[in-house]
Amino acid sequence: MQYITPLWPAFPEIFLLAMACVILIADLFIRDENRGLTYFLTQLTLAGCAALTWVTASNEPVHTFSGMFVGDLMSDVLKLVTYFGVISILVYARDYITLRGMFRGEFFALTLFATLGLMVMISANHLLTLYLGLELLSLSLYAMVALQRDSAQATEAAMKYFVLGALASGMLLYGMSMIYGAAGSLEVTRIAGVIADDGAKNVVLVFGLVFLAAGIGFKLGAAPFHMWLPDVYHGAPTAVTLFIGSVPKLAAFAFVIRLLVQALGVEEIQAHWQQMLAVMAVLSLIVGNITAIAQTNIKRMLAYSTISHMGFLLIGICAGGLNGYASGMFYAVVYVLMSLGAFGMILLLSRQGFEAENLDDFRGLNHRSPWYAFLMLLLMFSMAGVPPTVGFYAKFAVLQAIVEAGHVWLAVIAVIFSLVGAFYYLRIVKLMYFDAPEDTTPITPRGDAQWLLSVNGLAVLAFGIFPQPLMALCASAILASL
Amino acid sequence: MSFQTFIFYFLSTVLVISALGVITARNPVHAALLLVLAFFTSSGLWLLLQAEFLAITLVLVYVGAVMVLFLFVVMMLDINIARLREGFWKYLPMGGVVALLLVVEMGMILTSRSVGFGDVPQPPPLPSNLSHTKELGRLIYTEYVYPFEIAAVILLVAIVAAIALTLRKRKLDKYMDPATQIAVQRKDRVRVVSMASEARLDADSAASAEKPADATAGKESKPA
Repeated sequence: MQYITPLWPAFPEIFLLAMACVILIADLFIRDENRGLTYFLTQLTLAGCAALTWVTASNEPVHTFSGMFVGDLMSDVLKLVTYFGVISILVYARDYITLRGMFRGEFFALTLFATLGLMVMISANHLLTLYLGLELLSLSLYAMVALQRDSAQATEAAMKYFVLGALASGMLLYGMSMIYGAAGSLEVTRIAGVIADDGAKNVVLVFGLVFLAAGIGFKLGAAPFHMWLPDVYHGAPTAVTLFIGSVPKLAAFAFVIRLLVQALGVEEIQAHWQQMLAVMAVLSLIVGNITAIAQTNIKRMLAYSTISHMGFLLIGICAGGLNGYASGMFYAVVYVLMSLGAFGMILLLSRQGFEAENLDDFRGLNHRSPWYAFLMLLLMFSMAGVPPTVGFYAKFAVLQAIVEAGHVWLAVIAVIFSLVGAFYYLRIVKLMYFDAPEDTTPITPRGDAQWLLSVNGLAVLAFGIFPQPLMALCASAILASL
Repeated sequence: MSFQTFIFYFLSTVLVISALGVITARNPVHAALLLVLAFFTSSGLWLLLQAEFLAITLVLVYVGAVMVLFLFVVMMLDINIARLREGFWKYLPMGGVVALLLVVEMGMILTSRSVGFGDVPQPPPLPSNLSHTKELGRLIYTEYVYPFEIAAVILLVAIVAAIALTLRKRKLDKYMDPATQIAVQRKDRVRVVSMASEARLDADSAASAEKPADATAGKESKPA
């Protein structure tokens, strides 16, 4: 047995952990008026992680820590997108959290720990590390939701999130213990080997799979396990909602790929989980798109829109094969880009004592700021899947994969409910362009947030016109990892 | 029935009864004490499986530390159990039906013939001089060092979260820092202002205004 493991594949994780501890300590010695230094250090840490991930990236999968950690192209790509996402979140959220008294060291430390949890999940090759990464992420998020202590709404959201999250973790652990009982190992590659050798006749395996699917459904926020999502999105401070609603979906995608595809990807087992995922996908599309119509709060509306997007993501994974998984990964990345933009817009329109979270707050945005209205138009078109934005291409790739896999009925349902969903996205466009503004306060966000939001909005358009490089990257990442 | 089997069934019965007692007891102190009993019997079950490290840890950590703390909390806080139980009977039928369905379904799967529990061979008995503590220590610091470190980070997050959520600076803090009290200087407390002298209006008002005018002349006391 090899005791001295190569540490270099995990350098980004090690660096992030060390820096998170440094920031935690350094913050104690920083005065309130210099709190910007903590912010700057946090951004620098994330940039450093990106550089390290770039340097240590390798085409061949590298295993270390006794096979518990894997560094492959998929993990590198997903991690880089995660860093980009977290950096943007902090830029968008800076003004918002300053005005609401959350611009404290703990916010940054918890953000970094949550990011570490995401990275651990993305690179996990062992059910134990998958679970621990998930818990690290969830615990940090529960605390971040409750950080606004005097808000009853935020406390309630944190409580709901905590209780349901614990329930989901219990399900997941129960399923994992069944898998361990059937396969005799927790390592992803070894489970796959055992199942391939023994055949998949074991009922215990499928029994555990049911619990795993339920746990994954909870964490992704797919119907019928979606109940926590609207309340948590609504109750949490928007800066935290931005976090919950964006980057964790990348890790959730990696979770599904590692657990279902890499460990339980044998054809007979695959048929079982494909059925479960298909049911969850269809329910998510129906519940998400129809309930979103009735919402007047844009955070709740985006929560239901997340549910429907997760339905699409699951359809991509259901399709299976290189095309299916690649389209799923593409969808996850694009979803993160879109939700960053949409929640970032809510953050930028908010100001002291005012949350731009109702649909009416978007009324007549075109008169107040034509550029913001245009960016929001791009983001909403992309979420609805209108060409030439990238949302169209993401949906198109998923549908193509599922039709190729022979499940035409799933594609038909997805298209029908995307049409239903287009209604509530276009309603925002209508409010912005054809209604008179109720609120004429000038919009004055920070310069960097303004620039980043513009880049984010235009990226949705640019990737829509030239989707090929990103799609090719996703395809080669999946190819290198499977 | 061998003696071991007898012990197993005895401990299991006590465990199930005490666990049921935990959730049905009306008095929270009784519930906590029954939970102690449940932990104790389950540590006996661990011993039967030759997992002495787990058994001892369960008693030391859960019974010794966690449950004692819990008992303190229960005794110190006045928990209104009647309010916690509100709606129990209202939700019981629905919850009971769901739970029953789950149990029946799981039972049907786990007792089906193809489940393959019979194929699992009995683990070979361990040599009596095998030390679990040593083995666990070796594994945790070699093979499982990565998850071990992550678990440590999770505990750190729990500490950070607990402090961030509960520590607050009160406005009327009585906290004093002796060092700053001693280091205080005259210029921190008193500000000397130079003012142009003012002419008296008349003799009467001057006499009455003389004293306070003297006291504040050129000086302005600043609240500390």
